[in-house]
Amino acid sequence: MTIVQFILWSVLKVAVVTVVMLLAVAYTVLLERKLVGRIQNRWGPSRVGPFGLLQPLVDGAKSFLKEDIIPTGVYRPLYLIAPILALGCALISIGVVPFGVPVSVAGSPPLFQIANVNIGLLVILAVTSIGVYGIALAGWSSNSKYSLLGALRSSAQLVSYELALGLSLVGVVLRAGSLNLRVIVEQQATQGMLSWNVFGGMQFVAFFIYLMAAYAETNRSPFDLPEAESELTGGYHTEYSSMKFAMFFMAEYANMITVGCVATLLFFGGWTSPFGDLIPPFENVFFDAGLSLFWFVLKVFSFLFLYVWVRGTLPRFRYDQLMNFGWRWLMPLAILNIVATSLWLAYR
Amino acid sequence: MHLILFLVFAGFCLVGAINLLLQSHPINSALSLIVVMVSLAVLYLLLGAEFLAAAQVIVYAGAIMVLFTFVIMLLNASREERTLGSRAALRVGFPSVVAILAIIATVILHTQGLGVARLSDGITSTEELSAVLFTKLLLPFEVTSVLILIAILGAVALAGHDARDPQGIRERTGGK
Amino acid sequence: MNAFFSQEVPLSWYLLLSAVLFSLGVVGFLIKRNLITIFMSIELMLNGVNLSFVTFAHQWHAVKGQIFVFFVMMVAAAEAAVGLAIIIAVFRARATLAVDRIDRMKL
Repeated sequence: MTIVQFILWSVLKVAVVTVVMLLAVAYTVLLERKLVGRIQNRWGPSRVGPFGLLQPLVDGAKSFLKEDIIPTGVYRPLYLIAPILALGCALISIGVVPFGVPVSVAGSPPLFQIANVNIGLLVILAVTSIGVYGIALAGWSSNSKYSLLGALRSSAQLVSYELALGLSLVGVVLRAGSLNLRVIVEQQATQGMLSWNVFGGMQFVAFFIYLMAAYAETNRSPFDLPEAESELTGGYHTEYSSMKFAMFFMAEYANMITVGCVATLLFFGGWTSPFGDLIPPFENVFFDAGLSLFWFVLKVFSFLFLYVWVRGTLPRFRYDQLMNFGWRWLMPLAILNIVATSLWLAYR
Repeated sequence: MHLILFLVFAGFCLVGAINLLLQSHPINSALSLIVVMVSLAVLYLLLGAEFLAAAQVIVYAGAIMVLFTFVIMLLNASREERTLGSRAALRVGFPSVVAILAIIATVILHTQGLGVARLSDGITSTEELSAVLFTKLLLPFEVTSVLILIAILGAVALAGHDARDPQGIRERTGGK
Repeated sequence: MNAFFSQEVPLSWYLLLSAVLFSLGVVGFLIKRNLITIFMSIELMLNGVNLSFVTFAHQWHAVKGQIFVFFVMMVAAAEAAVGLAIIIAVFRARATLAVDRIDRMKL
């Protein structure tokens, strides 16, 4: 493979993944509006297109056409950088996520993953930790009290929950003995559902911690204090309008999808089938690849469903409750989980 | 490829570091420092230290600098006043900085036997790193963890109004 | 593809970069007048030194150089926590961050 081919394949993969990701973001918004609508006993968007399926496109067009207001008091450079930073970091981390079995067509590098990195898990954590700046700078540069409070809350919350998030993943890494996401998935592929980390790997406590921390990391309810509309109007993006607001909005949903992907890969066996070898693999390469993609998308979809379900059901936490929960419950629980897992691995 | 990447990210490092000095608002300085740290992570990657590159971004850019920006935002730090600094800095500080830099640069440039870095060089895997860290250097590792524990306690003791109620929540909510 | 990936960079360039970063940190420490920025200059110095550690680890194919950087990072994290707590305490007492005005030993 020459260098030109390599670059062309990489550009192609990046382009396809970006387009799919943005579409997925748009339709996650629709999914959320529909589901929350049904939970609250109303219809949700149903006018544009069949079942409201064209609603995301119309929403996008609307945010493009809105007037782009830059308030006078803002600190311009940071005000302009912040949404780019937020959306950029949210989209970059999908680059190391493997979506399916490694197949290659006509001498291409393996499809279904942009870059197979040895330290894939750490890359995701690193990019997410940079994403905090998007929110922090947005709040600070807006020069508004609501934004600043939202940003302060958010950076404190993200830093606190990042610890629990990182520690909850240690058990999985201990079991796999690698930080490479592909290796972690393949280690769970032997016996279908029974060898998934969340069941066979006894990592259900870690999964619970991860789930809670992930809700806090993505600023979703019940931990959506940085943008609690009843106390902070809009939180860190109060002063943003038009496309810049849409970028924050998209960043939030892109982060949700990434978190769902990571949960799928680490705890639910990634693209492997839940039935293991009960259903023998097809001989056709393309059918197998398609099936692996199907399982992956199904698992991520169920996470997004859970996200929306939780949002539609649970009330928002108070800020001190949030901090107490993170530091006094999740952190010690995560450490206990690491100790238990290492003991189990040592004396198995 | 290596040359291009090195020049680009070394350039980012230098521009960020100089910008840190020139900016008068702390938050701009903090952002320039983040640029320096992230480009340093890329340089670590070029030198084959992939775990350190990730740790650099997670620990430095993602945790330490978030703390810095958090404190800048919390204290609402304003532009600093330009003063000429102390006389000691002017008379002793700057000459010695220049002298030390000159000495180090001459030594580095005259040293024989310094190797070269290529993209095809091996990467230090996380396993290698952890094997040494958790066997030969286990004691320093544990001592560092105690150090961090002490640091946390110290930070809470220093910054908290009241040890039982660090954020003053009880005061504000009337003891609930 | 091989020619493309086999370009070399002498390690002395990395060392020079690390020396320059360290000196810029020192200069920042001397000319800055804000407590937080001064603290950031110290972090810049630490980063400059870390780069030379990683370079030497590459030169001697030694893992311990990298582990030293790891320890420096942990100590820097501890230092940042305590240092920023001190800065907050100073700000509470003096309501300023300018080092020229924080010149008394008593509160």
